[in-house]
Amino acid sequence: MSLSVTFIINRVPKTVELDDPRVTLLDLLRERLDLTGTKKGCDRGQCGACTILVDGRRVNACLALAVSHDGAEILTIEGLSNGGALHPVQAAFIAHDALQCGFCTPGQIMSAVGLIEEGHAGDDPERVREGMSGNLCRCAAYRGITEAVVEATRAMAGTTTQEAA
Amino acid sequence: MNRFDYVRPRTVAEAVAAGAEPGSAFLAAGTNLLDLMKIGVARPARLVDLNHLPGLAAIEHAPDGGVRIGAQVRNADLAYDPDFARRFPAVAEALLSGASAQLRNAATVGGNLLQRTRCAYFQDTASSCNKREPGSGCDARDGENRLHAVLGWSEACIATHPSDFCVPLAAFGAVVEIEGPAGRREVPLQDFHLLPGKTPERETVLAPGELIVALRLPAEAAAFAAHSRYAKLRERTSYAFAVVSAAAGLRMQGGRIAAARLALGGVAAKPWRTEAAEAALLGAEPGADAFRRAAELALAEARPSGENEFKIELARRIAVRALTLAAAGTPDRLPALPASPFAPIPGGLHG
Amino acid sequence: MAEVHHMRHGSNAGQPITRRDGVLKVTGAARYAADNHPQGMLYAVIAAARIARGRVAALDVAAAQAHPGVVEVMTAANRPPLAVHPDDKSVPFSFRMDLLQDDRVRYAGQPVAVVIAETLEAATEGAALLAPRYRAEPVEVTLDAPGAFVTEVVGVGVPGEQHYGDLAAGLAAAARRIEATYETPTQFHNAMEPHGVVASWDGDALSLDMPTQGFALTQMRLAALFGIRAEDIHIRSPFIGGGFGSKLLSGPQVLGVLAARLIGRPVKLVLTRAQMYGPVTHRAPTRQTLRLGAAPDGALTAVHHHVRTVTSRFDDFLEPAAGVSHTLYAAPAIATTYEALRLDIGTPGFMRAPGEASGSLALEGAIDELAAACGMDPLEFRLRNYAEVEPISGKPFSSKALRECYAQGAARFGWSGRPLTSRSLRDADGKLVGWGLGTATFPALMFQAEARAVIRRDGTGVVETGAHDMGQGAWTAFAQIAAESLGLDVGQVEFRSGSSDLPNAGIAGGSAHTATVGSAIQAAGEQAVARLAELAVADPRSPLFGADNIGVVARDGRLVRWDDGSRSESFAEILDRAGLEMVEGRGSAAADADAAERYAMHAHGAVFAEVKVDPELGQIRVTRLVGAFAAGRIINPRLVKSQYYGGMIWGVSFALHERATLDRRTGRVMNADLAEYHMPVNADIPSVEAILVDEEDPHVNALGVKGVGEIGITGSAGAVANAVWHATGVRVRRFPIAMEELLG
Repeated sequence: MSLSVTFIINRVPKTVELDDPRVTLLDLLRERLDLTGTKKGCDRGQCGACTILVDGRRVNACLALAVSHDGAEILTIEGLSNGGALHPVQAAFIAHDALQCGFCTPGQIMSAVGLIEEGHAGDDPERVREGMSGNLCRCAAYRGITEAVVEATRAMAGTTTQEAA
Repeated sequence: MNRFDYVRPRTVAEAVAAGAEPGSAFLAAGTNLLDLMKIGVARPARLVDLNHLPGLAAIEHAPDGGVRIGAQVRNADLAYDPDFARRFPAVAEALLSGASAQLRNAATVGGNLLQRTRCAYFQDTASSCNKREPGSGCDARDGENRLHAVLGWSEACIATHPSDFCVPLAAFGAVVEIEGPAGRREVPLQDFHLLPGKTPERETVLAPGELIVALRLPAEAAAFAAHSRYAKLRERTSYAFAVVSAAAGLRMQGGRIAAARLALGGVAAKPWRTEAAEAALLGAEPGADAFRRAAELALAEARPSGENEFKIELARRIAVRALTLAAAGTPDRLPALPASPFAPIPGGLHG
Repeated sequence: MAEVHHMRHGSNAGQPITRRDGVLKVTGAARYAADNHPQGMLYAVIAAARIARGRVAALDVAAAQAHPGVVEVMTAANRPPLAVHPDDKSVPFSFRMDLLQDDRVRYAGQPVAVVIAETLEAATEGAALLAPRYRAEPVEVTLDAPGAFVTEVVGVGVPGEQHYGDLAAGLAAAARRIEATYETPTQFHNAMEPHGVVASWDGDALSLDMPTQGFALTQMRLAALFGIRAEDIHIRSPFIGGGFGSKLLSGPQVLGVLAARLIGRPVKLVLTRAQMYGPVTHRAPTRQTLRLGAAPDGALTAVHHHVRTVTSRFDDFLEPAAGVSHTLYAAPAIATTYEALRLDIGTPGFMRAPGEASGSLALEGAIDELAAACGMDPLEFRLRNYAEVEPISGKPFSSKALRECYAQGAARFGWSGRPLTSRSLRDADGKLVGWGLGTATFPALMFQAEARAVIRRDGTGVVETGAHDMGQGAWTAFAQIAAESLGLDVGQVEFRSGSSDLPNAGIAGGSAHTATVGSAIQAAGEQAVARLAELAVADPRSPLFGADNIGVVARDGRLVRWDDGSRSESFAEILDRAGLEMVEGRGSAAADADAAERYAMHAHGAVFAEVKVDPELGQIRVTRLVGAFAAGRIINPRLVKSQYYGGMIWGVSFALHERATLDRRTGRVMNADLAEYHMPVNADIPSVEAILVDEEDPHVNALGVKGVGEIGITGSAGAVANAVWHATGVRVRRFPIAMEELLG
């Protein structure tokens, strides 16, 4: 059985012939499309390392069947810095040393981008901490992560406010 | 994960027909089902994908204050729907206290009702589990059972239902709309989940092929909106299942309780609504004494199923806490840590 | 040259520059082992034992092979031969491995077969279809098992039993005595990156992408196992997704290499999260009994630290938990004793601060108990028993700024406002509030390392060493040391690392990597500069002509006369005139045996914790953590703080969260995942601060650097536990602290 599935991955349309319906979005990206920035930490939705944006929402790619997401728009860490300039969240992660080993970092960053887009946490550190709690970091860079997300939120809000004005 | 056939129905009728075939499982988000497939607990021959069905993802607010929620509505979308959160704040709080933001963005309302237990022996296919393999025995009974059931359990099964969402749904009288081979029917959420008895493998009233298409919360549930909370005890501040939890709603009249709703989570194989406790609160002045009496009634039938006697007292206390918070009034905005003991406590604790 | 070491140049050592690998890590471009995919690669998945003791009676190999995409099933029957037995431990730091040598199962999670397939999905299901049948035997997996024996050696070759002074007399003389038994659970490292390997054979040459904390030891072990030359094993490990002591060479990684050998194609084998709860070591549980005595003024009269811990049936690693009592508090009598059990578990191993983490938690709790028994403030009590020399050895400390750590930490935390009695603080919501203190300590170790430094004709530098970055910041800190040693800005230095083809950097462990490799880099850089100086001072055309080569210093890409800053010449000019493409220096580093003989070498710290506890529900949150640490010279304050935060949060996790639950009947870990094996999430850590306390250490190594990677967990776990007591009045001695213990 071959299933033809179409995605828009990092702004580029892509048709994938799937020989197996068991392939998750995570394994599709990592093992078949050479997009290995998205990491597998638990494969069970328990760590957040595989967080990507699907149709603009952060989800665990390990618990999403690729075939079921036919037509979805997918953004991964590789597609975040559009045109080479770092996304404000990426820049803030470096500035606040919000990473150590770096393995959970792509998931943390995609989760932060999703969180900011959702708009429920604002720049309240406690809401940011809660909103980022689906991303485990065994190096425990939580302080830097929270600071980075708060700073990026403010930076990005500044941009939009300007546009609105 | 075993191999399976993948079916993508275009209509509910097609889905129901495909779902009625032996070995079929409905795939909503898959946040629970795929996980269970990965660990070998679920091995369906066929996945019937509900994600491309039209018409199951709407939140319809009725003019009378009730709401109808399509089964494919995502947890986060429901929790953050402003009208919904205003009318049913305890439900929104419960939703936001569950899992992680990523999982809430994916997980569906219908799927949440059908979450399987977190019992480690259910999840471990090398263990005996009557729920997973009827008649094989229950390794939890004499095993690591600190967090197992204290209400409604049987010798065959001491597992608990893991959902937060279902707890306020039970409290507030939600109704489940089901489509099946025999047509449409409705079941009160309170009757939807089954206690284990001798058949713990039967977890809900759903028959093969039956599909949850929507949930309804009645208008009367919205009458509790001003005094409605969910409280959840966890072993870390977030991203953890409940040790025990409680949803409480009060309707106040002249300083007294005119109507009360109370349900417990993490204590049984189903969300545990306790009408005796609700009745005891009628006409009472809200306060520690009345709430403690209600909590005692709520847990009157409780007994430990293992090394978990402490959960009985904890369940009483979480019930008191939820009632206390509800009495203090629903906050304008949900706290930063929904349902957490570390969210602000209006008026503070006494003693 | 001591003065040169401490000069500061732009972004060099001492400066808080951001991670040089930061951009790679935030863009997903940093390549971890499992991100590699050589041409023709197959997937290998392990089938792991579901019993803890017995034999594999049958494997349904046919069912696995019938699954589309499955290429081969590797079992004891067809596994390629090895040159030495997997139990061979001739290579240092080796653990006995399970490499399908027979049908014996010695712990739950032991690999019993490997399925190789065209796709990950097929290999995974193939492994499930093997459905092993076993002949299971009864197991023992708890600390209460019979058969305890007295052990002479703990950790790696550390004497288990040590005595100093007269314990009985000290206890008899005490005005206050306490005896308390603390229990710590089984813990698993759970690095975010699962262990894995991508292996390719080319004849007897082996190419590997794998996370490892030690190239040379990994090469040696693989060379021994496969009967090939170590230099034919090429390992790339530029980024390790967390190691914490679990990533030297694990059995499952060797199985990946074997699978590639068997099938003749490159193979990727990555453990599932569940499979990380067995064959990749863990922290063993302990039951520690502390007997302490104090004089009326609070001075300790005796410390007895007894540890009961466990190892596997087939290998030896005993958590050296009593070691902290040798070094931390002054007492006229100190005794440490051990008893051990062999259980049906995987072999325990090095997990972040092995020994110190568990031992410090118990000791800090007991010290707190004794302080309370004496009616003294816990900080005052610790200062009363401050060790001016290392208690067990009588040696002076090479440096010890612990007093300053206490002072600065206490000031920042606001400790002076702490009421003596427990259960006496509440917040506005009515939550119980408690403040606790723990002393942090970790030995300053040195292993062995080599490095090579080059100054190129264009004036830039290259420094090479096969070091390991597992998050501690090796790519950055070593480049900073390299830049300083070469007198260049860090931007002018190319730092090459993370490959076994580079000079041997030893192992990243024992919090010794920066000290050891940094010292080697420093020496290499100095030698390269000396070579350059030799050229210049011997050349009449150089403004430096005639200067003794000791008389010049490298700074900003120039050699400058020490006594006359106006006379200098650029590196490029010197090399250009000499007609050389480069000069090269080589450096090595190892422990200074003389210094180790004369001095006790430890990093220290003081950790202050505030917890809030719901008085009715028992849920705990650590609302504030302040740590003040003295660890010699700090290469990069930004990265060092991150290391401290991480360690301190491990302390929170130790005190409140982590515990592997083993079913006593089957020996299986019943929470072998990340949903029920709890580690802190972001919301658990509202506030963590680290203070870097100045400390100069002229003895510890050429750089004056002590380790920072592990010390943070020590002290912190105890501080949190002591804060829980202060909040609630309940002294919980079993970890992690469970809410039901606090219900009252």
